[in-house]
Amino acid sequence: MLEIRFHGRGGQGTVVASKALAFAVAREGRFVQTFPEYGVERRGAPVVAFTRIDDVPIYIRSKIYEPDHLVVLEPTLIGAIDVTEGLKPGGWIIINSDKKAAEFGQFAGFKVATFDATSVALKYRLGSSAAPIVNTAILGALSKITGFVGIDAVREAVREIAPVKKDENVKAAEEAYEKAEAEQEQS
Amino acid sequence: MQKVIMGNHALSWGALLSRAEVIAAYPITPQTEVVELLSNMCADGDLDAQFIKVESEHSAMAASMGASAAGARTFTATSAQGLALMHEVLHWATGARLPIVMGNINRAMAPPWTIWTEQTDSISERDTGWLQIYTSSIQEILDSVIQAYKVAEQVYLPVMVVLDSFVLSHTNENCDIPDQSKVDAYLPKFENAYKLDVNKPAAYGGLTGPDWYYELRYKIQKDTERSLDLFVETGKEFGEMFGREYGLVETYKLDDADTVLVSSASIASTARPVIDAMREEGHKVGLIRVRVFRPFPSDLMRKLLEGRKKVLVVDRNISFGMSGAFYEETKAALYNVKNSPPMWGYIAGLGGRDVPTNVVRDMIEQTMKEDHPSGDIIWIGVKK
Amino acid sequence: MSDEIKWKKESDMPLMAMSMGRMTVNKTGSWRNLRPVIEKEKCIKCGICWKFCPDVSIRLDEEDYPVVDLEFCKGCGICAVECPKDAITMIKEE
Ligand code: SF4
Ligand code: SF4
Repeated sequence: MLEIRFHGRGGQGTVVASKALAFAVAREGRFVQTFPEYGVERRGAPVVAFTRIDDVPIYIRSKIYEPDHLVVLEPTLIGAIDVTEGLKPGGWIIINSDKKAAEFGQFAGFKVATFDATSVALKYRLGSSAAPIVNTAILGALSKITGFVGIDAVREAVREIAPVKKDENVKAAEEAYEKAEAEQEQS
Repeated sequence: MQKVIMGNHALSWGALLSRAEVIAAYPITPQTEVVELLSNMCADGDLDAQFIKVESEHSAMAASMGASAAGARTFTATSAQGLALMHEVLHWATGARLPIVMGNINRAMAPPWTIWTEQTDSISERDTGWLQIYTSSIQEILDSVIQAYKVAEQVYLPVMVVLDSFVLSHTNENCDIPDQSKVDAYLPKFENAYKLDVNKPAAYGGLTGPDWYYELRYKIQKDTERSLDLFVETGKEFGEMFGREYGLVETYKLDDADTVLVSSASIASTARPVIDAMREEGHKVGLIRVRVFRPFPSDLMRKLLEGRKKVLVVDRNISFGMSGAFYEETKAALYNVKNSPPMWGYIAGLGGRDVPTNVVRDMIEQTMKEDHPSGDIIWIGVKK
Repeated sequence: MSDEIKWKKESDMPLMAMSMGRMTVNKTGSWRNLRPVIEKEKCIKCGICWKFCPDVSIRLDEEDYPVVDLEFCKGCGICAVECPKDAITMIKEE
């Protein structure tokens, strides 16, 4: 079983990112479970969401305390909260950032990859310029970097889940898939 | 059709596939999405139903009762304070023998304000005569709505399909949405033999003295008992048609188990991987997930638990001054049995406190360590 | 619909309290010790007595004058109190 934790801020599409990943994986015939950490949701507040992936039905119904991998949609959360809490050694940390992976020296022992999903979201006018919605772009990047799910399934899932601008969201995911680099590993 | 849907939408899909004809509901967190999707389904013409907007849950149930009395297949959904506000009319729905199906999202009761899961809301309604199914997966929620109508309409009793707030209501997972034609074959159109009919005027619910009220209660109890067999029969039939069989309880690795964990809903689901892990270490542990809580499957529980070494019951609800409800009922069922096992009653996860695998494991291990339970209630993880 | 409950055991009953008999079986006329007498001359056919009778024992004849059904009139005297023209007098039953 793969357990992935998403970090973002309210209004960025963090919960939808975790759902879109699940939708995509389900399209490949696997079992998924996804849910946000429920609180009183407010724009800007830190948001956590979870996705489980397995080849067999998933019975465990607690939160994910020791994720295999992380997706960080909002780089300013790093430092503000301990995003790596419980993260298993060697796990991926996929960060939405225009910085290089090597600049995140604090994440030794994990595999760090960065992708500037904000630029892609702005390019396709997803969300507003003040609050771009980066989830579909980060999902394209995740597909390329980790190979957890194929880009075809991502494309279909994004089309299914995006409430507006379906074409633009699909393009954002595709562009992210093409541009993201899988090799940005760090020891 | 395979889809990934949330638990709340599984209720809506269940109502759609059951061809509910009237929906009267009032939104409340965490049930809102049930009503949202159903109103969309009605507005889009996917569901040919009257959607009645009401001003409170009491009115939602009152409107549902009117619709059901007129012979319509009726659906509603609520949670916590909303369910409590319905309390008076819940009794009425049973006494009037109205086969309404209602989704209830288990949310802890206020105060203090809370939206997270706990079963005390629906447990508080256990004596209203509503049949209660506690679900543990998104698929089971959808399937249970369809099955609920099938049982309700044979015994003329209302059924509550219960699911955990957030842990099920807002969790998205794989769900097979059955074909409408197959559901139609499983659940044909309902002809209510007692429906309001202007051509056959009758008075309903009129003053009934001690000379016959007693008999009417007797009849409710008899039909409630009959529903036990119906849940099994209709669950089997469901399995034959849709490949997913349902019963009164679900057992897991139970056959040779010395120590048996009894629970319900999401905690019982999380317990499965714990049982797997402990089995691998050589412990003879097994699991019973109670699915149908009303009527309580006492006979079956006796059969399954008699002669076991130890039984622990984990409740996400509390009857203050006594203990957890599943524990009470399991204990009561085994009281007159010769080889009644000692029974541990744990309270866990109130107000949505997460119950991860290590907590489930702690409870099993504590039970295995002790000779006798230390009291009627064992709290787990209180910050002292 | 029958006036009287026909069943003798629970298995013959409907599932719910449905048509549990009518009040017409209850001949409240036997309770009466006072009887209303209406003076047609004073009556203005306002129908107030008809409206107020708690046992629905007053009907109106073809000319809209009130007539008391003594099978059900229990002699409560409400009609006499409510009549605006004092057209109804309660007299002792023998
Ligand atoms: S005395 Fe009472 S019962 Fe008789 S007619 Fe007058 S109101 Fe009716
Ligand atoms: S209330 Fe008096 S006046 Fe009016 S209808 Fe009756 S008897 Fe006549």
